[in-house]
Amino acid sequence: MPMSPTNIFAPASTPADSIFGLSMFVLVTCAAIFVAVSALLAYAVVRFRSKRGDDRTEPAQIYGSNQVELAWTVIPVLIVVALFLAAARVIASVQDAPRPSGALEVIVTGHQYWWEYRYPKLNIVTANELHVPLSDPAHPTPTFLTLLSADTDHSFWVPRLGGKTDLIPNHPNSMWMDPREPGLFLGQCAQYCGTQHAKMLLRVYVQPREEFDRWVHDQQQLPQSSAPGAALSTGQRVFESTACVNCHTVSGTPAKGRFGPDLTHLMSRDTIASGAAPNTHQMLRLWIQHPDAIKPGSKMPAMGLSDQDLDAVTAYLETLR
Amino acid sequence: MSANTIALTELPVSRPFTLRLHEWVTTVDHKRLGMLYILFALVFLIAGGIEATIMRLQLIRPHNNLVSPQVFNQMFTMHGTTMIFFVAMPLVFGFANYLVPLMIGARDMAFPRLNAFSFWMTALGGLFLYFSFLGGDGLYGAGGAPDVGWFAYAPLTARTFSVGHSTDFWTLSLLVSGIGSVGTAINLIATIVCMRCPGMTLGKMPLLAWLNLTMAGLVILAVSPLTAAQLMLLIDRYLGGHFFDTQAGGSAVIWMHFFWIFGHPEVYVLVIPAFAFSSEIIPVFSRKAIFGYPVMVLATVAIGFISMSVWAHHMFTVGMSSGANTFFVLSTMAIAVPTGIKIFNWLATMWGGKIRFATPMLFSVGFLFQFLIGGLTGVTLAVAPFDWHLGNSYYLVAHFHYVIVGAILFAAFAAFYYWLPKAFGKMYSEALGKLHFWLFLIGFHLTFDFMHIPGLLGMPRRIYTYEPGRGWDIWNLIVTIGVVFQAAGILVFAGNLIWSYFRGKAAGNDPWDAWTLEWSTSSPPPAYNYAMIPAVRSRRPLWDLKHPEDPDWRYE
Repeated sequence: MPMSPTNIFAPASTPADSIFGLSMFVLVTCAAIFVAVSALLAYAVVRFRSKRGDDRTEPAQIYGSNQVELAWTVIPVLIVVALFLAAARVIASVQDAPRPSGALEVIVTGHQYWWEYRYPKLNIVTANELHVPLSDPAHPTPTFLTLLSADTDHSFWVPRLGGKTDLIPNHPNSMWMDPREPGLFLGQCAQYCGTQHAKMLLRVYVQPREEFDRWVHDQQQLPQSSAPGAALSTGQRVFESTACVNCHTVSGTPAKGRFGPDLTHLMSRDTIASGAAPNTHQMLRLWIQHPDAIKPGSKMPAMGLSDQDLDAVTAYLETLR
Repeated sequence: MSANTIALTELPVSRPFTLRLHEWVTTVDHKRLGMLYILFALVFLIAGGIEATIMRLQLIRPHNNLVSPQVFNQMFTMHGTTMIFFVAMPLVFGFANYLVPLMIGARDMAFPRLNAFSFWMTALGGLFLYFSFLGGDGLYGAGGAPDVGWFAYAPLTARTFSVGHSTDFWTLSLLVSGIGSVGTAINLIATIVCMRCPGMTLGKMPLLAWLNLTMAGLVILAVSPLTAAQLMLLIDRYLGGHFFDTQAGGSAVIWMHFFWIFGHPEVYVLVIPAFAFSSEIIPVFSRKAIFGYPVMVLATVAIGFISMSVWAHHMFTVGMSSGANTFFVLSTMAIAVPTGIKIFNWLATMWGGKIRFATPMLFSVGFLFQFLIGGLTGVTLAVAPFDWHLGNSYYLVAHFHYVIVGAILFAAFAAFYYWLPKAFGKMYSEALGKLHFWLFLIGFHLTFDFMHIPGLLGMPRRIYTYEPGRGWDIWNLIVTIGVVFQAAGILVFAGNLIWSYFRGKAAGNDPWDAWTLEWSTSSPPPAYNYAMIPAVRSRRPLWDLKHPEDPDWRYE
């Protein structure tokens, strides 16, 4: 099996660990049953096939046996009970885990085809790239996610950090993770949510405490262009006088839309379009000009800007650090 | 017997086409309706197969651009809806229609006109679904098939998210075909309960009749909530209701409950008839009576009851309480016990026999092997925490195809080859039958064995394309290659059907030296099935006839 960044058998957080342990137990049990029963089947097929030159007499007719039936009822019942108890234990340990006071709280809102992240205690709003602190097993700092949806059903699944949980409108859900390895963890929406379900990708950045705190500090600042008294660039003027502001927010400016991702710190993100493209100058420009080239059917409209305005808006967005 | 009925079957063979067509369209004969159901299913099997092939070609490599996301989403919706409602269900009903009256020594179903009505409702449902390609967007555009997925989760089906009429065609098609399904189910129950021939007590019915009785009961219980849900969805979309309209306070989760309280028993609606085929075919080709008949009946009825209490295992990821999740783990796993009993009884039937590997038996052994695997992967999915990973991944897709293709379709192919000589009066080509088996077996395993792996590596279902670098590429390529073998197998199968109809050798009444009543009448059976209603003393009346020195009724 080649290395995969989304392998469910490479857990890096407690819920994923518990599931991994349980899944090994279940897989080994099922594999053992498979080997035993298929060996019996293979033996029957080989041993009891009618041979050439067999007489045409019928074999002995056996109608059943209560002892045998009882045996192959009781043994499966015992196996089922064992599997059930193992499963019940993990369900309780993952779903009913207490929330420690040091836990970080993030509200995740699924949108047709992107993710919104709000950190209510930290006053941060961002999109598509979730930043969470590394959790030291000695002093766990888990992250608890509250899962909401703004439109259709979605599902949050980053295999190495835990199982999936759905985001359903009018039905708040929650899940948690305590990643013990720093780095980037990938995943994607796992509940069909419409045309661009396939490109609703997930990126979770697990950062050591100091790095995470620095990220928090940066996110809490206003971008320079939003500072009171800063000169209004051409790009910003175009941005604020077109439909961009209906959907997007840039803190400290009149742009307060909530339908699309918050762009206040756009340039702090590695990707755009929910992970569908790298956040480069060309891609950003293309995304504004012709979103269907990157993500056909996404809700971002082609803005129909002149080349000049397009360059100016792109340049403005590139100042949002 | 009546001279009239005999005269009818002896009409000249070279009647004009329009007359023959008229006979088929207006028929109330259970055998013709059975064959119509099956023919209908085969036509839709081709449609669903083409949709699957388009999806597999699109997924052959990452970032492929063969079809747009819009088309891909229509393909998986149509594929799922078609295969469940217009291939598997009609196939099951077709065989039940054809076989049940013959096997219980009756002349027809209890309600022949209801039978015809039910078939034509199903056919109308299928036409509704496919008309969406032309009329789906109604006045708004050029047309479009439904693209909400075969379980059509709310609120994607709300008018806000699904404009035009594609969802309406989906709803109407299920509503209408659901009426046909319930009609057939009522008919089967009435037939089996009331029309058994003298001597055939419930305990002496062929297992096929018992299993179809259970199936019919499940259809009534399972399809009704689905029909109710479709009505609610229509009320939401056109009469201002808010059952599932989350923007007005409706509940998306209620739709899931309605759908899956249909959806899970539906799996057993399809697989129990597959068990029925195997329970008839395996004994005949092993030359032994079925092992543990009463236990097989009990296990079937147990599966029927338990299957009504497992639906929410489709919903382990929607955020149910830990208590609810735990309950559904237990109820789901409980089903593994009677299912396991069935597998062991089939094995015990083969044990000590003299197994003849004609095509029906090959497919039945394939069924047994693949159902074992599909059942075990089902156990892995029943473990809720494991399902938090596996649910909605390609592992799940591989699992249910293992059951639906590897078990149900293999058993259906076994049934085709086993009863074709009865229905056509001609033998099929054994060489082509074996070629079909091996091609399909290879194709099936290439596609669905390797499909588990991308799921374990994090690939969710219903994505029209995927990112490179996730370790999914090679597996998807192999999965797509398997399609070629499966398609070739289906072509050989179709060729064999046509060849045997025109060129097959005369089959005679009882080509398999079998034991149930249908083999005592001519092949094909006359319209009235039996000139004299038979009387039976055991579960294997023809065994009793052939072995007067050692009849079954001494032991039952």
